[in-house]
Amino acid sequence: MFEIAIVGSGPGGISAAARAAELKVPHILLEGALHLSNTIYRYQKGKHVMAEPEALPLRSPLKFQAGSRESILESWDQDVAKLGVNVRHGAEVTAIKKTDAGFELSIGRNDKIQARNVILGIGLQGNIRKLGVAGEDAPFVQYTLDDPDEYEGETIIVVGAGDAAIENAVALAKQNQVVVVNRREEFARAKEGNLRAIQKAIEDGVIECFFGSAPERIDKLTVGKKPGRMILNTPKGRAQVLCDRIIARLGANPPRTFVEACGVKFPNDDPAAVPAISEKYESNVPGLYIVGALGGYPLIKQAMNQGYEVVEYILGRSVEPADEPLLRAKFESMPGFKSVNATLQKIQNAVPLLATITPLQLREFMIDSTLLAPKSGEAIFKRNDYTNSFYCLVDGHVEVLMDDSGDKRVVLNPGEFFGEMSLISGRRRTATVVAGKSCVLIETPRRSMKRLINSVDAVKKMIDQVFVERAIRARFGEEATAVQIRDVVKGATLQRFKAGDVLFREGEDGDCLHLVRVGSLTISRQIAGREIVLSYVPAGNYVGEMALLGGGKRSATAKAAIATETIRVERDAFRKLLAQNPMLRMKLANEVKQRTAENITTQAGASSGDVISFLIGQGVGEATDVLLIDESLCVRCDNCEKACAETHGGTSRLDREAGPTFANVHVPTSCRHCEHPHCMKDCPPDAIHRAPNGEVFIADNCIGCGNCERNCPYGVIHMAAKPKKKPGLLQWLLFGAGPGPGESPYDPDSHEKKAVKCDMCKDIKGGAACVRACPTGAAIRISPEQLPEYAYARAP
Amino acid sequence: MHDSILNFRSYRYLWVSILLCAGSLTAYLWHDPIGVPNGGSWLGYTLGTIGAVLIVWLLWFGIRKRRYGRAIGTARGWLSAHVYLGTSLILISLLHSGFQVGWNIHTLALVLMLLVIFSGFFGVYAYLRYPALMTRNRASATREAMVAEIRELDAQALQLADKVDKSVHDAILRSIQNTRLGGGLWAQLTAKDDSGQALTRLKEAVTQAATADKQHRSGQTMVVMVDFLANQANDVQSDTLRRLIDLVSRKRALASRVARDIQLQALMEIWLYIHVPLSLALLGALTAHILSVFFYW
Repeated sequence: MFEIAIVGSGPGGISAAARAAELKVPHILLEGALHLSNTIYRYQKGKHVMAEPEALPLRSPLKFQAGSRESILESWDQDVAKLGVNVRHGAEVTAIKKTDAGFELSIGRNDKIQARNVILGIGLQGNIRKLGVAGEDAPFVQYTLDDPDEYEGETIIVVGAGDAAIENAVALAKQNQVVVVNRREEFARAKEGNLRAIQKAIEDGVIECFFGSAPERIDKLTVGKKPGRMILNTPKGRAQVLCDRIIARLGANPPRTFVEACGVKFPNDDPAAVPAISEKYESNVPGLYIVGALGGYPLIKQAMNQGYEVVEYILGRSVEPADEPLLRAKFESMPGFKSVNATLQKIQNAVPLLATITPLQLREFMIDSTLLAPKSGEAIFKRNDYTNSFYCLVDGHVEVLMDDSGDKRVVLNPGEFFGEMSLISGRRRTATVVAGKSCVLIETPRRSMKRLINSVDAVKKMIDQVFVERAIRARFGEEATAVQIRDVVKGATLQRFKAGDVLFREGEDGDCLHLVRVGSLTISRQIAGREIVLSYVPAGNYVGEMALLGGGKRSATAKAAIATETIRVERDAFRKLLAQNPMLRMKLANEVKQRTAENITTQAGASSGDVISFLIGQGVGEATDVLLIDESLCVRCDNCEKACAETHGGTSRLDREAGPTFANVHVPTSCRHCEHPHCMKDCPPDAIHRAPNGEVFIADNCIGCGNCERNCPYGVIHMAAKPKKKPGLLQWLLFGAGPGPGESPYDPDSHEKKAVKCDMCKDIKGGAACVRACPTGAAIRISPEQLPEYAYARAP
Repeated sequence: MHDSILNFRSYRYLWVSILLCAGSLTAYLWHDPIGVPNGGSWLGYTLGTIGAVLIVWLLWFGIRKRRYGRAIGTARGWLSAHVYLGTSLILISLLHSGFQVGWNIHTLALVLMLLVIFSGFFGVYAYLRYPALMTRNRASATREAMVAEIRELDAQALQLADKVDKSVHDAILRSIQNTRLGGGLWAQLTAKDDSGQALTRLKEAVTQAATADKQHRSGQTMVVMVDFLANQANDVQSDTLRRLIDLVSRKRALASRVARDIQLQALMEIWLYIHVPLSLALLGALTAHILSVFFYW
């Protein structure tokens, strides 16, 4: 019976095991792989691992500082050996059962161990699926592939039908003979591009594929040239394939199923959700602790600290959390500061939104957040800024100015929050907020707020409710009374649409109107059997009121351009509101008239709709700013790329030539500064931000993990090292010194690669260098609001 | 939204140039020099200074367009001004000289300047005309993608040709070896490929096969060929030939598009090889012109 069993030897698990070993507590560290820290082990060779957040002190018997993957793994291996950590490799835990005395952990198929407490540190990557047949661990069988160019002249069997398998197979086929084994009759799960590539390769005879076939067993061979063979069950009977290597890409089992099977509850179905844990990292199963990424702490140092602390907690000792000094530094400036805990309590009492979250969540929330005490009259943010942080009012008041004249003002009281509109819609601030007397605020960055919303349902509900109320009030509140608005809000619901979903169709009866809160729509009509796009509706606008005001039939079709959320207001509630407010009715009727006139103009130049459709198809629907090139003006001088490289450390963030063209409008591969940037989705150090003017940029604390590069659907992020410094322009021009403008090869010795992307030249006076460097005026940047006007001007 | 260099800011620099020219011309007509008008009068010196400053400023464009971070204005504005003010230089320099020419360093500077300006006119024409042609020619594919496809078609064709006979194989191989896209300047302007010949050889092969066939009828080769291809659908050889013809035709279409693409790009760049060296020569001649004037003062 062990006191502590630790599952997974990532930074959190390894640190916990080391602490237990240091304290001589009976423990066991269970690791499925043959080495420690499998996730870091699988990083590419020589990768520089960073130690963010810098300010957080490390608390672990293991050493850890920024350095190469090798140096970190080596120092951990040494420390683990020195401390005498009881590691068991190749021990894949398949089940954890609660017993009277503690837990029973099943290892592999038939081994079991007992432990009083369990620390789960299995991360979020999941376990790689194995072939599940005899010989699955033969030396020539592998489940990952780092560099396809490493192999040459081999016969390689690739098992799997997903993107990873296809990409590997196609890349390997350049220098090897490749056989693909697909259990199904087709490649159904693959991306469009991969599908085409593999089908072509099979058609050309470059790759041989066994469809509807499954491996039966793998044999090691001692005679002949090939080290092994795979026996396959094919629809035509058994087949044997001799091979040098087998690469199985069968995906991973997400850890959630396993964790749930252990009895741990998740707050909701969101794929990003992590289980709720107590301040002492204990899950809802007593004695089962969770550390690391699975507990919501994706950074190495955080996880290592947790590993240390969790062992202390299990032994019944209390430790001051490692973040205590950070929080103290944050809170000290607050008037009347006594202790960190007292301040946290005070915040939780003051802000109802935070009342339901756990103390651990609150600590984490506060570490990411900033406490502000702005002077009276100071603007916290301005209307039309692109910032998206979220604010809770702890003390004092703020004033919300709905328009530039400052006539329309709303006062917010302590406990209320603001900034949720831009957080949710990803668009500009709709109002200016000015601090009142002695006001104290918590400013929380987008990522931390999103995480909280995703993990605590009560928070999500409260924010949504306030959002709906404020959105409706902002639209109709000028004319209507608070009571009338409340009636409308009561019946309003949130609706979600996938890209391409129809909100309503031309000719249908109008039964509601939609306020777009996230995403954007296209409005189209069926003209002569063809769908003509009339306009584009970004978040913050409403659609569908025409039918409610007039005849009752929809005059056009509204379709979601990207994933979209709307607030749906029912017809009866809306008509009632109009009946009570003749002024509002008149205002809306005027707007409708204007819109009809606009639609007729667009319809007259029907092909401008084609330009809009094309641009929406290129992801402009979720953009806030996009670079477009007029190919009838572009002389292909690549000065835009050179300018970009020259002003951004030697790497161009745009690829002029790549990307589609329609009616001479070319959408190059460059950042669109999305409303909800895909790149921000999973950034461990939270290094990607949005500047007040809308630029999405990557800060210096990037750890070079490459998540953003993978998450960007437009392929505009690269990993790049800083180039060497080069001599000035005149030296090149007169004496040929150094590489020329726009040419700066990376320093080949540098492994310290970081993510780079377009920052719209936010730090350069005069604006985007690509546009300013274009000698012929072919390159321009537009925002989606200008789209209809642009399309109209460009219509062929 | 998108404007060309000519109508930048509603033709701002066109107006500047017109004003400059009109001012110079008025002064020239109003001015009553001692003797014939020439560079030695006060107006001659004034116009000469304006011209020299303009030339140096126009040359500075080469540096300005490479200064990306910290420059004033946009490259487009500079180019627009470069074009219009450069053009106005013709009149200003002629007025400066009082229309006197001769076999001397002064006229050499003038001639060089005119050559530079007229090569620039071709540049403007190229910039306004060729981009659209290039886009149309490319049909949304990148050059890289087209070249990659050509390589692949070549490889496939060679594989197929292996199955036919040596003469066809040789024809295909020769066509691949003779396909020459890009290279030196002249090669870029005249790029072509040799698929046409290979196609002819292929068609011959088909005809031969058809003539050798028992079913052959006398008559025009075209008829024979079509007949042969139509009747012998199951014959492996004819099927291979048919696929080869498809491949080589597709390649020919692609290769001519790439060739055209390279040619257009070369046309947009070639004039700079005249424009820039001549402008440097002009700078030299201009310096000599100014020095000699002061030397003989």
